This record gives sequence, structure tokens and C-alpha cells, in this order.
Amino acid sequence: MSLLNVENLEVSFVTRNGTSKAVKGVSFTVEPKQITAIIGESGSGKSVSCYALLGLIPSPPGRIDGGVASFEGQNLLALSEVELRKIRGSDIAMIFQDPMTCLNPYLTIGEQLIEPLLIHRNLSRADAKTRAIELLNEVGIRSPDSTFDSFPHEFSGGMRQRVMIAMALINEPKLLIADEPTTALDVTIQAQILRLIADLQKHRDIGVLFISHDLAVVSDIADQIVVMEQGEVVESGAPDAIFNHAQHPYTQKLLAAIPSGERDSGEAKGDTLINVRNLRTWFQASSDSEPVKAVDDVSFDIHRGEILGLVGESGSGKSTLGRSIMRLAPITSGEVTFDEMNLTALAGRHLKNFRSRMQMIFQDPFASLNPRMTVYDTLAEPLLLHNICQRANLDQHIAKLMDDVGLARNFIRKYPHEFSGGQRQRIAIGRALATRPEFIVADEPVSALDVTIQAQILDLLMALGREHNLTMLFVSHDMAVIRHIADRVLVMYQGKVVEAGPVTQVFNQPQAPYTQSLLASIPGAAML
Amino acid sequence: MLRFIISRLLQAIPVIFIVITATFFLVRAAPGGPFDAEKVVLPEVKRALEAQYKLDLPLYEQYFAYLTDLAQGELGPSFKYPGRSVNEILFSGLPVTAELGFYALLIALIIGVTAGVLASLKPNTRQDYIPMSLAMIGICMPSFLLGPLLVLVFGIYLEWLPISGWGSIPGDKILPSITLGAAYAAYVARLSRAGMLEILSQDYIRTARAKGLPEWQVVSKHALRGGLIPVIAFLGPAFAGLLAGSFVVETIFQIPGLGRFYVQAAFNRDYTMILGTTVFLSTLIVLFNLISDVAAAWLNPRLRSQLSGGGK
Repeated sequence: MSLLNVENLEVSFVTRNGTSKAVKGVSFTVEPKQITAIIGESGSGKSVSCYALLGLIPSPPGRIDGGVASFEGQNLLALSEVELRKIRGSDIAMIFQDPMTCLNPYLTIGEQLIEPLLIHRNLSRADAKTRAIELLNEVGIRSPDSTFDSFPHEFSGGMRQRVMIAMALINEPKLLIADEPTTALDVTIQAQILRLIADLQKHRDIGVLFISHDLAVVSDIADQIVVMEQGEVVESGAPDAIFNHAQHPYTQKLLAAIPSGERDSGEAKGDTLINVRNLRTWFQASSDSEPVKAVDDVSFDIHRGEILGLVGESGSGKSTLGRSIMRLAPITSGEVTFDEMNLTALAGRHLKNFRSRMQMIFQDPFASLNPRMTVYDTLAEPLLLHNICQRANLDQHIAKLMDDVGLARNFIRKYPHEFSGGQRQRIAIGRALATRPEFIVADEPVSALDVTIQAQILDLLMALGREHNLTMLFVSHDMAVIRHIADRVLVMYQGKVVEAGPVTQVFNQPQAPYTQSLLASIPGAAML
Repeated sequence: MLRFIISRLLQAIPVIFIVITATFFLVRAAPGGPFDAEKVVLPEVKRALEAQYKLDLPLYEQYFAYLTDLAQGELGPSFKYPGRSVNEILFSGLPVTAELGFYALLIALIIGVTAGVLASLKPNTRQDYIPMSLAMIGICMPSFLLGPLLVLVFGIYLEWLPISGWGSIPGDKILPSITLGAAYAAYVARLSRAGMLEILSQDYIRTARAKGLPEWQVVSKHALRGGLIPVIAFLGPAFAGLLAGSFVVETIFQIPGLGRFYVQAAFNRDYTMILGTTVFLSTLIVLFNLISDVAAAWLNPRLRSQLSGGGK
């Protein structure tokens, strides 16, 4: 018998603007001791389906319209709030996407860990503490005793996610719902957490419902994969069947969108456009503290017309390096030359004028566009600022830019909030292209996007790069994306470049131990 | 933490100095002087008075003389209450005003936090709209209107409470405290609603619910602490504001507090009294702001570890 059997779940959101159906007749099962993965892009209804089971969708506006979710002979959807509360955190536990925001910053780790024991088990505080420390140990926290009395802000994302897992497991649940538990983590940490979840699941005989947007992540661990699109299940089956014999066009599209393969970069690239020598960017918090060496003695060249991938984990200094070259972060020492001109010596008006030759695309298309400017205003600003064109033929230039980045011309008077994430990133790319730059720094331009959108934006960037003979520094934490788009790659770790070379060489014969561990952490390597 | 406090106190010195200087020259720039309103003053008598209070000296000498006195804690003699120093008058009025301010703040907190938290639990329902509309009225209604209204209803029609005085008849402190506290209750309600709404939408509140905590524990244990930090940060300026702004209530209810002396001093051009009260109140405002900033920082573990000597 299945541990959890969901049939025809229907959820809708009722707002003033009408009712929208978020989940339309979704059915799936979780078997005891197995992992069921639900895959879908944002807005597919995957999270809503799982939250609805535990009564965790905000109501109003959320409303469960129908369906049955049987768990141990009870229909979860028919339980009262009081009955559900007895199951939450006890028989069914959850872990969430972002460990940075899911722990209460005002309470100690210990206080939050023992809460489920105190509510559901009536343990004494001392017994609860013993149990909590045992579990912290089990999820791989090195000094569980001192961790118990610490506050969440003292820990990294990976450590916090371990604490979240300990908290979920503390009452020995039968079912664990994990909502994108590794999405906010670095790739090597992601690999550790995935292994931890898989291990714990085997040792403890629990069923896991694993929600993710990333097929590759679940390919290694799932027993069953359910693919959702727009509130419906479009396909489900064993990973093998999904990866090798996908039936539904949407699943095929998802699979095709996983960045794979390498660019053929056989052709010889041009001369050196940018030359970085012994670049250091250190941040000093206060006069008596150790400086944070975000970029520490880095040297490399970027050739005209190439896409140079810059890969590293959060905190490795890759974004700071990109910004330093753009002169958006203060350079401590070292030299950057652009087309044989010393960038580090430029200041004031000269620097401003020079900026038209190099542009930047940022990670978060939601935050990097001014919400009070229309697309027209956003694109017009750099054009006028750098005297690229006259007011008379401004409209013509903007229309051309819209065509270039694949946006319909009738969107021109709209504001950023009226666009999807992918469309916004197109606007941001258009803004960067407006000044006809020779060089673009793209700082994680696709990491906030769904996987199918990510593939479109990568294609767009490559096409534009060829068309305009752009040189690009492409910063990413995602090895697969870098492999897909870059000609050469730099690997950064703790402010230093630990490896550099053509993509084929770095991916096939990695020299630095850190590169090797990064490559080993790529999820789903075996499947793909 | 100590370094933070000391640096803030050092920052306060120029602020207070500017307040003193601006007030000193502004009151003297205002037309009229302290002895102009007396009915018949012989020119010789006026000159003698001015000489006694050093008003015949050039302005800059008066200024430096005042600063010298101030450095020794002396606020000087009152021009209008002969024989009494400003220090004496301040300290006779302060306890009454401080007590009034304290009760008003207490009322503001109890009513404001309760209303704000209740409103935040069911946003955009009747439980939200009713207290928040009342709060809006509370903010808009001036105390010189609210005070007489309360007196009219509770003092005259219902005859439940005394209509004036302070500490002479039982219950005479209730109406003035409510009158003074009402506007602050309204601010506190709005602040706590906004603070709680923000915290209640945080991911860790969902985590707490997913653990199976009953809703009252989610609110009391997980949400209140963070949600009320804006209120705590508001308390310092609020208390100083209560002290400085109590003169309307003190006038309505005939209370012998600081506020009345302050206003009368302004009308009388009682230079030392105006200056003394301003210096005193601005010092209090700076001090209370500092206290509530420290308290708000202390409640946030991350800021606390940063302040207490460069922890992680």
C-alpha cells in the first residue's frame, strides 16, 4: 500500500480579479521507503500541491476544491486544522528551499530544533536537547553542542539546510516533503545535501516527496518522477523511462533544455581585448579587521570575440571580479587594460565615456530593471546618454533593439512588472546592447530563470555574440551552463583562479582538485 | 557595544551644541524682550534689570557666558520667576510630566500593540479595518479636541472621573494619560501591524507552522519579537516627544508640569527658561533615541553579535 496517495487534487486561488486554478486534478503516490520527485517550472503548481496536503497554503486566497490525499488511512484534505497540526512536524515533516530565510533569526538553533519534540512528544527540555544534539551529529554538524546555542546567522546556507533536515527528522516522520531543498545552495554543497537526504532516507525508511525544477538534480535519487505543467501532471514514471523514452512534448522540451554538450570552438580567436594583471579587490570592513580578499592576485586575458566562462561558488569572488573589470567595484591593486588602454587609470568623464564600450547584464531581472521606467525609457536612456543616436531616430533604434532581443515591438510602453522573468532578461540584454559595446560581463544571467527559458536566453546570447562580434565574460555557478556557452573557462576559488583553459580540456582533464570536485558534484552526470 | 554607545554619545554633542546655538540666537532675534511687557518700568529700573541678567552685554558675550554656565550644569536664573533658577523649575515640573508621559506611553503600548497584532493576524478583514480606522482617527484627532471631549463625556455627562488636577483626587490621572497616549497608541498600532505583517510573511513562519505549532505559539514565540522591533525603536523618540509635547494636555487638565512652563516661557521671552528647557529636552530626546536604538539592536541576534565586539 502506498504511503501517500493523492488523487484528483484541485486547488484554486480566489482573488478580486477572479479565480485561477493552480492545481487541476493532480494524482501521484509516494511509496514507503521511496523517493517521488515532482518536477515542474515556476507556476506549474508543484509546490502548491504539496503545501495543500498539510494545509499550508494561505487561505484565503487559496482554496482546495476537491480530491483525496490518503495517508495512513486518513484523508489529509478532510482533516480539521487541529488534527492536521498533530500530523505536521510529526508524521509528515517538511524542508524548504531557502535555508537562509527558513530559520527564525531571533531564536537559537537549539530552541527551534526541540520545538517539534516539545509539542508532539511532551519530552522534557533536557531529553529534547540530548535528542537534538544526536541528530545534529547525524546530519553532519561538526560541533553539535555549541551549535545548539548558536543563532542561525552564524552558519552558512549548507549548514542551515542540515539544521533544517535535522529539525524535520527529529520526530522520525514517515513522510518527508522536500521543497527544492538544494536550489539555493552551491553545487558542491548541493551534492552533499542530496547525498545526505538519500542516505537518511535509506537508513530511516521514510518516504520522500521531492519537489524540484531541475530534472538533473532528481535523476540520481528519485524512484518515481512526476512531471507537472500548468497545474497538471503531464507524465510520470521511473527515471529511466522519463529520461530515455519521454512521451509528452513538455518532458521532451525539459530534457532538451538541460544545457549539454560543448560549443565547437575550433576556430582561432582574435587578438587580446582585455588583459588583467595581478588584480586585487579587497574589502575592509573596519580599520582593525582582516580585509576580505574577494579577488586576490588574478591575471588572465580575454580574446576578442570569445566567450570566457568564469565559474565558482558563492563567495569565490567571481562576481566581484566581473565588477572590478567593469570598474563597478573598487580595485585595490593591479591593472586592467582594454584594447591597450589602461582602464584602472580612467576616471570621471573619461570613464563615463568609456562605459559605452563595455556593458553588464545582471543576475536578477526582477531587481535590475527600474520598475518605474517603461521598456522604452530603459532602452532610450543609454542611447541618449552616450549620444548613440539623435532624438529624431530614437524610436527606430529602440525598435531595432527590441527585434534583436526577440521582444515584440508592441511591448514598448509596458513596465517591467508586466513581463515574465525571461522577457525581463531580454530587456536587460537589450539595454546592454544599446551602446553597441565590444565587451559584456554577464553575471549569472540565467540562474534566476526556469530551465526552458534559460535555454532560450543562452541561445540568444550566443547568437547576439556572433552577430555583433561581442566579447563576453560569462559568470556562472553552473558548470553545465558554462560548458554549453563558453569557449574557454576560468575556475575561481576563494578569490584566486585555480584553473584556466579551453572548455574541452578543463572538463575532460581537470587539473586542480577543486575543479575535479566541482565536476563530480554536477547532478545527473550519469543520466545525461 | 560600549564602543557603539560612546560613539553615539560623542555624535550627540555637536547636535546638542547646534540646538543650543540656534535656540539662543533665535529667541533673541524674536521681537520683544523679557521686560517689555511690564506695565510701568522706569528706564533706570529696566537697565538695572538688564544689567543683572547680563542682557546689556554684546550678544556674543552673552552667548559665551551662557555656554560657560551650561558647562557647569547651570541653566541660569529665570527672568520671570525672580529668585528661582531654571534648574529648580525644571526639576519641580519634570516628575509630574514624566509620570504623565509614562502612563500615556503604557496606555499607548497596551492598546497599540494589542490592536496592531490583532489587525495583522487577519489582514483586510473587519478585525483589521476597525482598529486601523480607529488608529487613523487617533492620529488625526488633536489632543485639544480629544481632551475636552473625554472631559465632557466621562467627567460631565457620566460623572465617572474628575475633570482636572493631578494627584489630588483619585482617578484624576486617567483622563490626561488617555488624552496624551491616544495619538501614540494609534502610531504604535500602525507600527506593530506593519511589523507583524512583514514578519508573518517570512519563510520561517511557514517553517513554524510546518512543525505543527499552534497558531498562538507561532505568533507569540516566532513572530512577536521581530514584529515589535519597529515599536521598540519608536519608543525612545515617542517618550521624548511625550515629554516635550505634553503642554496641551497639561493646560487642559491644569497639571503643574514642565510643558506649561515651557509655553509660558516662550510667551514671556524668558530667555533662560526657553533655552534651559530646550537644552534639557533635546538632551533627553538624544538619550532616549540612543536607548531605544540599543534595545532594538540588542533584540536582533545578528546585530548584537556585531556590536558586542566583532563576533562572526
